[in-house]
Amino acid sequence: MEFKPRNRSDHSIAEIRYAYSARNLWSGFLFGIGLVAFIDEAIFHQLLHWHHFYDKSTTNIGLVSDGLFHALSWFATVGSLFLFADLRRRKGLWPKRWAGGVLLGAGSFQLYDGIIQHKLMRLHQIRYDVDIRPYDLVWNIAATVMILIGIVLVIQTRRSSLNVKADNRHAQ
Amino acid sequence: MHSKGHLHDSGASFEPFLLVSFALVILIYIGAAAYSGRKYNKWPVSRTLFWILGVMSAASALIGPLADRAHMDFTAHMVGHLLLGMIAPILLVLAAPITLALRTLDVQSARRLSRLLKSRPLRTLTNPIFASILNIGGLWILYTTGLYGAMHHNIILHALVHFHVFAAGYLFSASMIYIDPAPHPLSFKFRIIVFAFSLAGHDILSKYIYAHPPSGVMKAQAESGGMLMFYAGDAVDVVLICLLCYQWFKAARPRGSLAI
Repeated sequence: MEFKPRNRSDHSIAEIRYAYSARNLWSGFLFGIGLVAFIDEAIFHQLLHWHHFYDKSTTNIGLVSDGLFHALSWFATVGSLFLFADLRRRKGLWPKRWAGGVLLGAGSFQLYDGIIQHKLMRLHQIRYDVDIRPYDLVWNIAATVMILIGIVLVIQTRRSSLNVKADNRHAQ
Repeated sequence: MHSKGHLHDSGASFEPFLLVSFALVILIYIGAAAYSGRKYNKWPVSRTLFWILGVMSAASALIGPLADRAHMDFTAHMVGHLLLGMIAPILLVLAAPITLALRTLDVQSARRLSRLLKSRPLRTLTNPIFASILNIGGLWILYTTGLYGAMHHNIILHALVHFHVFAAGYLFSASMIYIDPAPHPLSFKFRIIVFAFSLAGHDILSKYIYAHPPSGVMKAQAESGGMLMFYAGDAVDVVLICLLCYQWFKAARPRGSLAI
């Protein structure tokens, strides 16, 4: 049942990767969202107890946004890993583009969480009873850095950049 | 123990009736599996196990110690809700009861059943959007109106609400993962999007219950019940998400040469 490339030449590997270029990006992007949501839940909610399940100043729209993203993050985690397995079985996994997607997804979600959910919707703060500014700065700057690196990786893996020679190093 | 809920005494008389019904449902399934197994391939043991576990999950929410505690303890009620409305439906869907019925019945009755499954009302009922509204919408009505309080004073209302929680949970699971024949299949993308919204509706309601206790529920109980609904609901739904994605993974497997 497994797909076999016509030959093992660099050309065909590059071709398959290009054919699944969008799927590589999506799988990475969704995995990034799921990863950040998982870290948020496991470390900040459960282990550190910095984040609160519910904050009295939470707005209703904040509750809706939290529910939507919480649900989305489960689908993102599970779905992205199935997409990853699908890319593997088709020999179409493009690690660099996938990693770009991860950083883009992780950074975007963290920035949304840090600016829109924490600040505008007042879902909950990063930590309570401390000066919150340094926490917010680290949170949002880290998110921005991830987005920027993600964008660079995604641009570097466009079709025009599909350099067969460079590709070969990651291929096997 | 505090004073027993007023419903419990009247409800107790239903317990033998429910117990017999559940035993019967299990026996009929095992009988059908054995009977149809003589005509066709052997019915998988795993499906029979799913059925037994599913019926037992539903039963444990309705009779026995958990059901008794649910009348006065909101957290116990929530455990029962998870068993009856989420875990039992998934297990029963995995047991493929329609497939078993179709191969057990004689041709005439099987045709009638499959005509019924293809009918317009059932097509609507098993649409993911409709099933989600029945499922999650029903829960919103239960916990944000006076229905939750009223249910504990009226045995018929109590039975109807519990039937609805189970039936809507079953329809929802069956509309998301196709184990039995689906006469009107919908795309994976469509089902995943609808599923994500209904899980969001479930999560939002959990936090809403945490902040706004349902009628007659103590604040501390609403908080632990809401958190249980949030996290345990996620855990059960992740199983359903994995099954749905796995079905996609199997359906999307590359075939033949250069499958792009």
